[in-house]
Amino acid sequence: MAFEIIETCVNCYACEPLCPNQAIYQASPHFLIDPDKCTECIGDYMDAQCSSICPIEGAILDELGREVNPPGSLTGISPALLAKYQAAVEATYQTALAAKSA
Amino acid sequence: MELPVLNSSPAANSVSNADGGCDSHSCGSTGDQLGHLPEHIRAKVHNHPCYSEQAHHYFARMHVAVAPACNIQCHYCNRKYDCSNESRPGVVSEVLTPVQAVKKVMAVAANIPQMTVLGIAGPGDPLANPERTFETFRELSEKAPDIKLCVSTNGLALPESVEELSKHNIDHVTITINCVDPDVGAKIYPWIFWNNKRIMGREGAEILIAQQQKGLEMLTARGILVKVNSVMIPGVNDEHLAEVSRVVKSKGAFLHNVMPLIAEPEHGTFYGLMGQSGPTHDELQKLQDACSGDMNMMRHCRQCRADAVGLLGEDRGQEFTMDKIEDMEIDYPAAMVKRAEVHAEIARELEIKEKASAAKAELAKAGLVAIQGLKKDVLKARPVLMAVATKGGGVINEHFGHASEFLIYEAHDGDVRFIGHRKTTPYCEGGDTCGDGESALDVTIRELSGCEVVLCSKVGYEPWGPLEAAGIQPNGEHAMEAIEDAVLAVYEEMRVAGKLEAKPVLQQKAA
Repeated sequence: MAFEIIETCVNCYACEPLCPNQAIYQASPHFLIDPDKCTECIGDYMDAQCSSICPIEGAILDELGREVNPPGSLTGISPALLAKYQAAVEATYQTALAAKSA
Repeated sequence: MELPVLNSSPAANSVSNADGGCDSHSCGSTGDQLGHLPEHIRAKVHNHPCYSEQAHHYFARMHVAVAPACNIQCHYCNRKYDCSNESRPGVVSEVLTPVQAVKKVMAVAANIPQMTVLGIAGPGDPLANPERTFETFRELSEKAPDIKLCVSTNGLALPESVEELSKHNIDHVTITINCVDPDVGAKIYPWIFWNNKRIMGREGAEILIAQQQKGLEMLTARGILVKVNSVMIPGVNDEHLAEVSRVVKSKGAFLHNVMPLIAEPEHGTFYGLMGQSGPTHDELQKLQDACSGDMNMMRHCRQCRADAVGLLGEDRGQEFTMDKIEDMEIDYPAAMVKRAEVHAEIARELEIKEKASAAKAELAKAGLVAIQGLKKDVLKARPVLMAVATKGGGVINEHFGHASEFLIYEAHDGDVRFIGHRKTTPYCEGGDTCGDGESALDVTIRELSGCEVVLCSKVGYEPWGPLEAAGIQPNGEHAMEAIEDAVLAVYEEMRVAGKLEAKPVLQQKAA
């Protein structure tokens, strides 16, 4: 039973001092959780601490590999809106490329 | 303890208005609005570029990014903050350890002796990283006692930090307060982390507001100066900010800084992606004017990055990256001697300026009776906005094509007032076109909308025509002159030439 920090972590340190088991440590390229120490805060807190302060949606997974904070849950930016924006950026980029080669 | 607030005395205001807006303490405009402050506060802020408009032409500041963690989320912030090409709060290129930060501060202090102030402003919330923030402050108070220390916070962890803050050489704290009403707050803060829980929406905003207000009261009770920053978000808190200004003033904040929302889709923030726009220059100025009835407004803020270095408006951070300072040997005692000399030199220059403006004010008073007849004409004259290109020192000393920002001044009735600044891409550095087909010159012209004159040390032949066509008169005749004197001189030329009686055609079209 352990949480996992994945590559979308931005290394903001916020989770590290909160862990009641000192399971979180700084590593490269991002912070990691020692699965042998992590208890998901059961017995210490109502909510797991790392995922309660983490600002990045999807950066922490639970023991089943599910995102503890799924897209849209923290920022209010819906996945559909984000996808639309990313498509628009891609389109602008392609147009600029085409204009350059023309 | 309630601190007196700048511009709060109606008597002082009416006197200055009656005789053309000039009294010995705050001549002209910008003069130093610190004139109304009690001596002990003025002594604390006179060389602080972020608190004194006058000082920001001479003294530099730096931020060290030691505080990456945050305990709240704001809709104008994106926590993926590693872009080196952006200049806005919350963005940094490298997060430093306290040891690295202290080294960097001492390297900058030795190389830029005008640097008087070190701030910790992020990229997260400094008080959500208390160990890293306070270790940096502790070391610096000891090793570099001639540097002022400041901290900027969202206020959530402020009450528990006040005791520690008052132990260090920190006499200024900035709190970002965007609202005093949790219903407004719910539209700005999606969540806070509080007592080991993430608290969403209105409930979170309510706690945040209570903590901010409590922290503000605790700081002013200890005589620590508090500046309040507010982000103006049109349609969300714009109408509410006058109330914020009134409340924070009543609790002893000495300066209110209303800043425009920065929100572009490419920043990836909630507001950016939702199409929430920032205020126009005009909307911002109107709100600042409305709030200034309640309290002194700060208009020269540049919304610096959390790792900015240099004079406000410039960023020399690239000269002081960790790999570059690693090898620098700093003899701080020697640097302190040099720094003291530079500071004394600037103080002398400022004193001469102040005396000159006081003398001018006396002359104006003496001449008042004589020009009474003229005054009717003057009063008919309309205000004029002028843009100024400067590298600092309070003089016009930057080429039009090299300016990455312009300071905006308003001349009216023989008075000059600093309004704000507008950022742009230097015309000489801009490529032919940006992504949307707008040239760097087009962008500058758009940014300078509303201005009728642009004063710079030099302006090339090429931009001259388009500027004139846009109703902005280029003027390179006042190079190296003091900004306010030059603005007044040009205003007077315009008045004599009869250009101040009606709005120019182009400006009317634009309006």
